[in-house]
Amino acid sequence: MKILVPVKRVLDPFAKVRPLPDGSGMDTAGVKFEMNPFDEIAIEEAVRQRDQHPEIEIVAVSIGLPEAEDQLRKALAMGADKAILIESTETFDPPSIADELAALARAEQPDIILMGKQATDDDSNQVGQMLAAKLGWPQATFASKIVIVAGSVQVTRETDTGDEVLECALPAVVTVDLRLNEPRYIALPGIIKARSKPLDRRAPTTSPRPRTRVRRLDPPPARAPGRKVASVDELVGALRERGAI
Amino acid sequence: MAKTLVIAFDPAEVASGAGFATALGQPFDVLLITGNAANNAGAERTFLAGLDSVPPADSLTPSLVALARGYSHIVAVSSMRSKDIMARLAGALDAAMVTDAIAIESPTVYKRPIVAGAAIATVETLTEPVVVTFRPAGFPEPAQQGEATLEPITLELSQGSKRISESMHGGGRPDLTQARVVVSGGRPLKDAATFEKVIGGLADQLGGAVGATRAAVDSGIASNELQVGQTGKIVAPDLYIAAGISGSTQHMAGIKDSKTIVAINNDPSAPIFEFADLGLVADLYDAIPAIRAALDRGK
Repeated sequence: MKILVPVKRVLDPFAKVRPLPDGSGMDTAGVKFEMNPFDEIAIEEAVRQRDQHPEIEIVAVSIGLPEAEDQLRKALAMGADKAILIESTETFDPPSIADELAALARAEQPDIILMGKQATDDDSNQVGQMLAAKLGWPQATFASKIVIVAGSVQVTRETDTGDEVLECALPAVVTVDLRLNEPRYIALPGIIKARSKPLDRRAPTTSPRPRTRVRRLDPPPARAPGRKVASVDELVGALRERGAI
Repeated sequence: MAKTLVIAFDPAEVASGAGFATALGQPFDVLLITGNAANNAGAERTFLAGLDSVPPADSLTPSLVALARGYSHIVAVSSMRSKDIMARLAGALDAAMVTDAIAIESPTVYKRPIVAGAAIATVETLTEPVVVTFRPAGFPEPAQQGEATLEPITLELSQGSKRISESMHGGGRPDLTQARVVVSGGRPLKDAATFEKVIGGLADQLGGAVGATRAAVDSGIASNELQVGQTGKIVAPDLYIAAGISGSTQHMAGIKDSKTIVAINNDPSAPIFEFADLGLVADLYDAIPAIRAALDRGK
């Protein structure tokens, strides 16, 4: 059984970042890049599934700049068996990423594509579902528990009102949510040790066909400054004045 | 053809969908997947699928593809359900997609927050059709225009994932994304019973919904559907009360559109005080009972 895990290189999700003054992008000066935290949960889950099903092979893939090697090395250090880096300097919007991943999935024939539900940079939450549609595979998004059984996967997924369990025939696309697991910590030596694992560099097999384009980025509108109140009575009085209660 | 299809998964989504479609400025039809909508909010046609529940995305989407073919824009209010289904629909239609639109400049240009709200992106769609999920706060609901003529429609479900079980949490409180008042709590609430008593108690007194931080949900104090923030629910109530919440960027991304934000925290340097309209530096276990007593006195 093969699990394919797409990983994305994103701005450190815990850094304070702002758009460049000319609106052409985010100001990345002095900001580290990390693996998208949801993709890290996906890698961790694949490794834990392999603990129970030793026949599982885990392939991590990233599409983008050569620097995404860092994130793939981390995936390898966490336990992925091999990595594929599809190198491109072109901009792939979510549908274009889904096209390229669909082409890769047809070649690699994974049983499960396990991936983050969204990337913390563009917050799109699109690629997993688009990929499943393009492949005509079942999908289970926002997974909080995954059980692989013969020929299918049972996924507990978070919903607007609680959760539900879906059974998907394989192959399937599963996107993961925060509650699935807590990824292991990998120290730098572990990442260096993973250098002996195979990392295959390729060119994309599709040309990006952007269906959207980001024209500019602006800072969010600032909220009017607030104030501190000294007591509960002052708070309740202020809320009454505003008509909030 | 420049025409919008509003997909409403339940009747509560019809009015907000009509608000967005009106702002888009094109004629629109509504497809209601479950339940019944008696009122019309400006739709030319209202299709009624009459399903008992919303099927899994892979099973429902093929029937939506067939229906969506005649439209330039297919839109739905943002929710976990719509993100699941609309993105699959966009993939099947080979459509452009805009997630979480907060403003419309034209039918090809939208604004949406990215990087946990650290920037507002102006996004241009380059192809048609366009699939959009939107946050309803920016789009006023149009006036009702009498009763809608409902056209029953059959959605042929495809073979797909099987729903084995479903559990609904909550119970009796208003929907978090629709509520006029939201009271949220963080990790300092200790355990589920304390959270329910302190946060739930104040929410009930105000007729509001309950929210929680990721930390509170991760530690099992609150259930997952209550999580507010970048990767949880986006809320925009008239009043948001944050108790024992430090104010991470990820949490603030989910509450920025609230009209009045109140922060109660015993740490005067908590970042949430930079965002709050009204901040009270106090122990929430003292402050919340005192607020409840003051509300009682004011009746």
